[in-house]
Amino acid sequence: MGPGCYGSPMETVEADAHLLDAIRRDDPAAFESFVRRYGGRILGFGMRVCGDQEAAKDVAQETLIQAYRSLKDVQDPQALRSWLYRVVSNACLMRRRKKKYEPRRELSLEELMPSGSEEASIEIPDARALPDDEAAREEMREAVHAGIRELPVDYRMVLLLRDIEQLSTRQTAEALDLNESTVKMRLHRARLMLRKVLVETLA
Amino acid sequence: MFSRLSEYLDGELDPEICTGIDDHMADCPPCQAFLQSLRRTVDLTRDLPDQEIPDDMVRELVEAYRKTRQSGES
Repeated sequence: MGPGCYGSPMETVEADAHLLDAIRRDDPAAFESFVRRYGGRILGFGMRVCGDQEAAKDVAQETLIQAYRSLKDVQDPQALRSWLYRVVSNACLMRRRKKKYEPRRELSLEELMPSGSEEASIEIPDARALPDDEAAREEMREAVHAGIRELPVDYRMVLLLRDIEQLSTRQTAEALDLNESTVKMRLHRARLMLRKVLVETLA
Repeated sequence: MFSRLSEYLDGELDPEICTGIDDHMADCPPCQAFLQSLRRTVDLTRDLPDQEIPDDMVRELVEAYRKTRQSGES
C-alpha cells in the first residue's frame, strides 16, 4: 500500500502560462478566456464559502475584473491561481464578516478520531464505483456538499482550495496567507471532519 | 501517525515516515479501513462536478470590463 498522489496538474500550469501570455500581450479576447476558465470556479468557491448564490455572484463580479488587472504583473504561471484565490478569499471573508460575527473554532484531533462506537460496517463509497443511478449519485454529492458546509470557514477554505481547486500546499498557503504547516493541519482536520459527517450520514 | 495521514495520502511525507506507515498498515486492518475511508472522502470531494458560469454572466462581465477599459483610456 503506497501513498496516494494528489498533485498539482501540469496541464493547468501550461494553460495558465498561455493565459498569462495573452494577458501580457493585451489580447482583446484574453479577458473572456479568463472569465470562461475561472468564472465558474470562482462562483463555486464563493457559493461554498459565502453560503448563497447571490453573494457568490457578487463576489465573482467584484473580484474577476479586479484580479484580472493585476495579472499582467504575475510572472510565474503557478502563482496565477494563488493570486486569484487570495483576492476571492478576502472578498468572501469581508462579506461574511459584514453579515455576522463567527467565533473561530479549532478542531481537536481527539474529537475527530474514530470512536469505538463507530459502525465498523459503514463504508464510504468509492467515487469511481458509485451506482449508475443518477439520483443515488446526486444524493452522495449532496451529502458531501452538506458536510463541507458544516466545516468552520477557516478549515473549509483550505479544503476547497486543496481538494476541489487542487492548489498545492504552497499555493494554498500563499492564497490564504498562512504557513504550510497550518495548511496541512487544517486540511487534515477538515478531511477528518468531513469523513466523520459522511459516516454519520450513511449510518 | 493519525495526524500525518493526509500528508501520507498527498505524498508529502519523507520516504522513511511513509515506510513506517506502510509497515504499520500492513498488519493493522482497523487502520487500513480508516485510511481507506479517508481516501474515499478525498476522492468524493474531488469528484464533485465543476460549477459552470452562465453565459449571460460572462457577457455582463466582458461588457463591464470593456467599459472600465474605455473609461481608463479616456
